[in-house]
Amino acid sequence: MGNVIGIGASPKRKEDQRFLTGRGNYVSDIKRPGMTAGVFVRSPHGHAVLRGIDKSAALASPGVIAVLTGEDAAADKLGSLPCGWGISDANGVPMKEPPFPMLAQGKVRFVGDMVAFVVAETPEQANEAAELLKVDYEVLPSVVGVLEAVRPGAPQLFDDVPNNICCDWELGDKAAVETAFRKAAHVAKLSLVNNRLIGNPMEPRAAIAEYEPGTDRFTLWTTSQFPHVVRFLMGALVLNIPQHKLRVVAPDVGGGFGVKQFHYGEEAVITWAAKRVMRPIKWVASRSEGYVSDRHGRDHVTEAELALDETGKFLAFRVNTLANMGGYLSTFGPNIPTNLYAPLLGGVYTTPAIYCNVKVVFTNTVPVDAYRGAGRPEATFVLERMVDVAASEMGIDRVEIRRRNMIPKEAYPYQTPVLVQYDSGDPMGCLDGALIAADVKNFGIRKAASASKGKFRGLGYSTYVEACGLAPSRFAGRLGARGGLYESATVRVHPTGQVTVMIGTHNHGQGHETTFAQIVSEKLGVSFEDVDIVYGDTDRVQFGMGTYGSRSLVVGGAALSKATDKVIVKGKKIAAHLLEASEVDIQFEAGKFSVAGTDRIKTFEEIAGAAYVPHNYPLEVLEPGLEEQAYYDPVNFTYPGGCHIAEVEVDPETGTVTLVNYTAVDDVGTVINPMIVEGQLHGGIVQGVGQALFENAVYDESSGQLLSGSLMDYCMPRADHMPMMKVSTHSTLCTHTPMGVKGCGEVGTIGSPAAVINAVVDALSHLGVTHVDMPATPNRIWRLLQNASLPVAAE
Amino acid sequence: MQISFTLNGRPTTVEVEPATLVAELLREQLHLTGTHIGCDTSQCGACVVHLNGLPVKSCTLLAPALDGATLLTIEGLQGAPGSNQMHPMQEAFREHHGLQCGFCTPGMLMTAVALATEKPDLTEADVRHGLEGNICRCTGYQNIVVSVMAGAAAMNAAKGE
Repeated sequence: MGNVIGIGASPKRKEDQRFLTGRGNYVSDIKRPGMTAGVFVRSPHGHAVLRGIDKSAALASPGVIAVLTGEDAAADKLGSLPCGWGISDANGVPMKEPPFPMLAQGKVRFVGDMVAFVVAETPEQANEAAELLKVDYEVLPSVVGVLEAVRPGAPQLFDDVPNNICCDWELGDKAAVETAFRKAAHVAKLSLVNNRLIGNPMEPRAAIAEYEPGTDRFTLWTTSQFPHVVRFLMGALVLNIPQHKLRVVAPDVGGGFGVKQFHYGEEAVITWAAKRVMRPIKWVASRSEGYVSDRHGRDHVTEAELALDETGKFLAFRVNTLANMGGYLSTFGPNIPTNLYAPLLGGVYTTPAIYCNVKVVFTNTVPVDAYRGAGRPEATFVLERMVDVAASEMGIDRVEIRRRNMIPKEAYPYQTPVLVQYDSGDPMGCLDGALIAADVKNFGIRKAASASKGKFRGLGYSTYVEACGLAPSRFAGRLGARGGLYESATVRVHPTGQVTVMIGTHNHGQGHETTFAQIVSEKLGVSFEDVDIVYGDTDRVQFGMGTYGSRSLVVGGAALSKATDKVIVKGKKIAAHLLEASEVDIQFEAGKFSVAGTDRIKTFEEIAGAAYVPHNYPLEVLEPGLEEQAYYDPVNFTYPGGCHIAEVEVDPETGTVTLVNYTAVDDVGTVINPMIVEGQLHGGIVQGVGQALFENAVYDESSGQLLSGSLMDYCMPRADHMPMMKVSTHSTLCTHTPMGVKGCGEVGTIGSPAAVINAVVDALSHLGVTHVDMPATPNRIWRLLQNASLPVAAE
Repeated sequence: MQISFTLNGRPTTVEVEPATLVAELLREQLHLTGTHIGCDTSQCGACVVHLNGLPVKSCTLLAPALDGATLLTIEGLQGAPGSNQMHPMQEAFREHHGLQCGFCTPGMLMTAVALATEKPDLTEADVRHGLEGNICRCTGYQNIVVSVMAGAAAMNAAKGE
């Protein structure tokens, strides 16, 4: 038995050696013989009729091999980019689903919409030719905001989508909510905006496509979180390439956060073009290109009302949201502000009646889809801001009102009024832990110290629960998913006892090569070093749905656990044969098969060797080999939750908000690798802090131009924006996943925006400030202070 | 035009177009793909290398500027080619989980080594300020800051030996 490193340990990551030494293998690092360069020509207009494209000058430019447009795609009878979810309105009428051509046809609908693809010998030549392409646009008025898009007379993106409304969706018992509101002692109201975000993984998107005429096979290397899904969507639904003739590889991928979990038109265009030009083609997005083509996130405008009784108990919650979909429906687009949003509006509270209406709206902006948290941060933000507003209006302490409404630990499993049933949780335990860790009892001293420097200090709380581990297919299917959301794993034991795992999730920073190896090491008793995890290649991995929705460990890890159990079962059969015992008498523990009650044992390595040398096997009952596969489809979502506490200091002279303390206590179920979990929490929290304080995707209203289209205009969190965060876990075990895991990838991003904004509002509450929209930039705060200070001074 | 420079300790002569950026030269011509390109506005820092011992963003430096200079990239940080001995800063990043997806990591390491070289007694505030030109989207910076402090301490200790 070697160096077993199992569940609960924090070995250093297997993936680090290559990244630390500059030997990662990202798509842009790959070169293929005879490779050409591709460049996309994108619409400079938010909304325009595409009257014609004159290719002649571009085609005559040096080094140009091909110029392809939407007309060429139409001539080749290629499909449009599919949407993976179909939602319906209250009457069961399906959403409006206009086609999303991979290259624009007839019209362009956002700045960045693709109109042509230029292939040349070098990137410079392709860029020069792209400049020469003459595109005749008839510019139309653009509409970028959801409020404006649904107004009468607004520019219409599609002829058959009246008022730009894709779907008027709802969830919950509207009548019960209305009854509860009539009985309420107090009704608190809140209008808010959930700001539009751009995910910005540090590696820009890229793709290389190659066609091999000898075998009639395509290979696409792409920066994707789910290569098998790309193979299916692109091969089966867009390009009509048989699945066995299409290999999709997602090698090292430099961050995803949702941005890389969609099937993008660029992937389809480059794969189609590779066969047309019979040479490999490489496309690497610039950061600027990413800003106008990576799917954006969030972008809600919401009106919420909370009905309470005289003691502050929540009676009913009513939420009306307008959600921006951008110019077309992206892969998961309509699912995010509906199914991943409204079912979380109960949070960790016992609110008995909830109703949510969401109007899903088209605008002349980049398509909006999932971004880390996806729907759940938006739900948490509405709810946790609402709770603070209600507490303030009723004069109840913010912690106390949360306690009065929290689901007690012993009430789990807990059925909410909005579909989901939480299996486990302890929100009060998380809150109590966070209050201590954040040293809340001494906040007054710190606030006074800030005040003595002329600064306003504020404390903000947020509790949350999320539904992740996407997803139980049966449940997802009822909600409109057009595919399954299981995961698969193969455990291949080599004759020497080392193990290769093929798994359908994708690792792009989460440390799967380490965490999954720990699971195998513990379960099989093999050395941690003797386990390799393979992912991201449809030719090497059987199948998979990829990585998003905090699903990799929850769903993929469960498939791996199941497959490993099957290896043990097979190993017992082999051991029974070798040890001349009955299979039921074979025990497996710590890497050894033994006959119960005897000292007859075979090591795992011996069994692995014997599996491949079946000289005297009873072949009619025992196959050679030691390799097992499992598919796992969860029975429920998992429900991580927790409590975050932010502490900010506001400088009234400049409006600058400084985050001075941050505390998180999260319930993520069983922790396999504490070091990696802590890293996920850190990263998630800072992305949420980014939304609360810095990040904002802004469009010009009339032209549809993206004004925050570079790292100079879109403020990303930097090292000096953050204090040292205090993160810890307070775990209850998931009751339905094999290892009790719940997932941890998104929790930080879900809990943090509300905590930070609640802290900012608290800091300014003495000036009568009751709400601050995100991001709480110095400009916004300064203006608020200018408006607020006069009446206060007059008091 | 032809330029000659010392690349990771080895004399190197290459033919370049004058408009070639150092990041492109490294990645496309010299096949050193550890230097990454994460933006087009010199903001992200994924492309940081050392030019004559000082950290520079190689995406904004023209290749002719290398003539006669000494260039160190992530591939040369480890020491002798083929050596498995990592630089103390690389070890510190591994030890303290200072990286996730790995894309910003080479630039972070090159900046970190330069920071620690310039100021041996780095404070947390120094590190946070010093990393302003390097963006990481995964880690929330916390473990990077811890790694840089630990790496700097290890570099100091190695110097003292």
